Amino acid sequence: MTANEPTTDAIEAAQRQLDAHVREIVKWHFSPETGCPFWLDWAKRAGWDPAEEVRTFDDLLRFPHFQDEWLRDEPNERWVPRAYAGRPYYIFETGGTTGMPKQRIGWEDHWHDYEEFSETLDERYFPRGANWLMFGPTGPRRLRLTIEHLAHHRGGVCHHVDLDPRWVKRLLAEKDFETAKRYRDHCLEQAVTILKNRKITCLFTTPKLLEGLDEKLSVPDAGITGVFCGGTQMTPQNVRFLVEEVLDNRAQFVPTYGNTLMGLACSRPLTPQDQWSITYHAPQPRAVLRVVDPNDTAKTVDYGAWGRVELTTLTKEFFMPRFLERDEAIRREPWGRFAWDGVGEVRPFGALEQKTIEGVY
Amino acid sequence: MKPLSIPILRRGQFYESLDRTELKDIRTGAVIAEVSQANAGMIRRDSRSTSRDALRRIPAEKLIRICEEAGYLFMEADLPLGDRQSQSPQSYVACLSATTGLPHALVRRNMQKIHQVFTQMSTILRGLTRGLEWRILDHGVGEQAGVPVSYFCTADSLGVVLPSNSPGVNSLWMPSIPLKVPVVLKPGREEPWTPLRIIQAFVAAGCPPEAFSFYPTDHEGSATIMDVCQRALIFGDQSTVERYASNPAVQVHGPGWSKVIIGSDQVARWRDYLDVIVSSIAENGGRSCINASAILVPAEGDAIAEALAQRLAAITPLPFDDPQAQLAGFANPKMAEAINAMIEEGLKTPGAEEVTAKYRAGSRLVERDGSTYLQPTLIRCRDFRHPLANREFLFPYASLIEMPQERMLEEMGSSLVVTAITDDPDFIQKLISSPVIDRLNIGPMPTSRVQWDQPHEGNLFEFLYRRRAIQRVAVS
Repeated sequence: MTANEPTTDAIEAAQRQLDAHVREIVKWHFSPETGCPFWLDWAKRAGWDPAEEVRTFDDLLRFPHFQDEWLRDEPNERWVPRAYAGRPYYIFETGGTTGMPKQRIGWEDHWHDYEEFSETLDERYFPRGANWLMFGPTGPRRLRLTIEHLAHHRGGVCHHVDLDPRWVKRLLAEKDFETAKRYRDHCLEQAVTILKNRKITCLFTTPKLLEGLDEKLSVPDAGITGVFCGGTQMTPQNVRFLVEEVLDNRAQFVPTYGNTLMGLACSRPLTPQDQWSITYHAPQPRAVLRVVDPNDTAKTVDYGAWGRVELTTLTKEFFMPRFLERDEAIRREPWGRFAWDGVGEVRPFGALEQKTIEGVY
Repeated sequence: MKPLSIPILRRGQFYESLDRTELKDIRTGAVIAEVSQANAGMIRRDSRSTSRDALRRIPAEKLIRICEEAGYLFMEADLPLGDRQSQSPQSYVACLSATTGLPHALVRRNMQKIHQVFTQMSTILRGLTRGLEWRILDHGVGEQAGVPVSYFCTADSLGVVLPSNSPGVNSLWMPSIPLKVPVVLKPGREEPWTPLRIIQAFVAAGCPPEAFSFYPTDHEGSATIMDVCQRALIFGDQSTVERYASNPAVQVHGPGWSKVIIGSDQVARWRDYLDVIVSSIAENGGRSCINASAILVPAEGDAIAEALAQRLAAITPLPFDDPQAQLAGFANPKMAEAINAMIEEGLKTPGAEEVTAKYRAGSRLVERDGSTYLQPTLIRCRDFRHPLANREFLFPYASLIEMPQERMLEEMGSSLVVTAITDDPDFIQKLISSPVIDRLNIGPMPTSRVQWDQPHEGNLFEFLYRRRAIQRVAVS
């Protein structure tokens, strides 16, 4: 057993906590007094009663894979749990490069996710009271609000730059590389202007934009001591380059894996000893990540093997069982305070077979 | 055997990446090497400081002597492949052959060509600069043929996105070093061997290492090289040519559509020229843009086609180390299959017939010793507009079209090399005046023949330097 391997007791306790949470959340969503119309109708057609029959996380295998088209095709009201009826909600979008985007509605989940995440940040690099720059996709995305909430929660304020990734994806699809480059420069210039004129210590951005900033200024010299990064895949080499060269080993780099549907998965601390390989752990029990065999998704793959990432979200605001992400990853063992599986070296599903327009920002 | 490790060179410094690709023996699938991959951000970051001064300080004359020494080292020496390993010339030949399918005999011929570029550098530079004195390169001013001249360099570095088809293409960027412009190279996926060996020969002979960057990388990395270097060479297909056509900072080497044409005055003697035509089609495995892909004749088309087909069909796949081997295996068998399918599809359009088929043993697409080959193919097209008439593929392939001599120039379209077998002064004058011919060989010589004192594919000096007017009066 290595120093960072959680004890068997810790792993079992996490499993018990997850099973209890599953029972509570499934009961909530499938009870007429609290559940949402979508799931209540679904249960009527399914011919079984999840509220009574789901006892453990493994019982969720009785659900089919959640289809994200449902989030596009079903009216938003269909997802409102009765317990939240009458309360205005946020609408957060994902996708939408062409046509109607997928939408998740929410009330406070995103606050919880980021407050929980806040506790994992190192005060030396992300000091309380420090100001942030949010330099990532804005518009109808959770990130726009959550980074600001994170800054406020930690006693600072948050500056913003407008950034529309759908426009960039469209330019790239049309092979209009020149306009895409001009738009990138336009965004970078705004971020640089803020960094030069305001005291900013913490930064949220994507790997590509961090590289872009590095073309215009030295990020650590600009006063940044903590960089919270997310949005796209990061190969070990990318991470090493960002840490060793762009941040000159002077600012902390905190990669995360997350999206509108999940929340935020934290990474283990990065080290050269791990060959800069990133492993994320879901914010269990609110969300669970499994690495499954693409040909038999009921089964997880062995530790150390590649498989497709499956996400289950379990909050009172949103129940999403067994959603197959468009990503693949290596299944990794529980680690440290994360007494449950991790997902390593996440990359687009089928990355070796096909090129997708991914991670433009 | 433990795979070799091919590093990145960042301005002369070895760098081992965490992202690596495997280079395999195309016959056995054994991993020959792991190639460190550069991320685009690294290329961009490195490009922010120039290493031109390191070359500028060295007199051109000394750089030319360094080239001569490097030529010897390239052929004979064990040269570093990274911090901890070196590679002998024999290992270089074997590795390059195993990962690209080029037989040893052809690799050695390409080595000879590269050796000549090193040792003939003085002649090459005289050709590119039209006889400029070396000290003008050192000081930027001087006199040429009694005329005052001043040249300045327009680039801090020359980016080169290389293909894998033939080691010989490296000859195009090599003069950049004595012209004092550092290079940023992206090797072809299967062929990191040659550019790295050339770099190491330059360095071992006394060139400053910081003049060389070598980034095995992906599409994004290639695009970054094109973006950050003020001048760039790229090798690609017609879509690449079109993409960069309006960019004067990029010199594109696309399809050559090189041709052999026989004039009406010589066509009766066509038998005398068969060797020249076969060499033009099949030399270097038919993998170069200077290989002929169309043969235009004014008469006797059928007879010439039959005779050529017979000779081409005699060229068959042989083991990689057979000294007689002339055909290269395909590193990617799917590519061979796709090319074969394109030819079959083209043959469905009336007006074309494959002449080689009846003389050849087996089909066009064959496998030998675990390697996939396309055997030489000659297509007799009735019309130059036939879809197979003006095509270029990565193996000995040509079409033969009969057309009146007076129509040849207007129909044949742009051609990197034309070998024109004629002694007709009027026709020769028309050929010389033609804007669609890049390099013109008059008389029976293969399209691949290179004369080092003339620019052979674009003029690198004119690409990297500009002339300015300069006037000076003494300060009183």
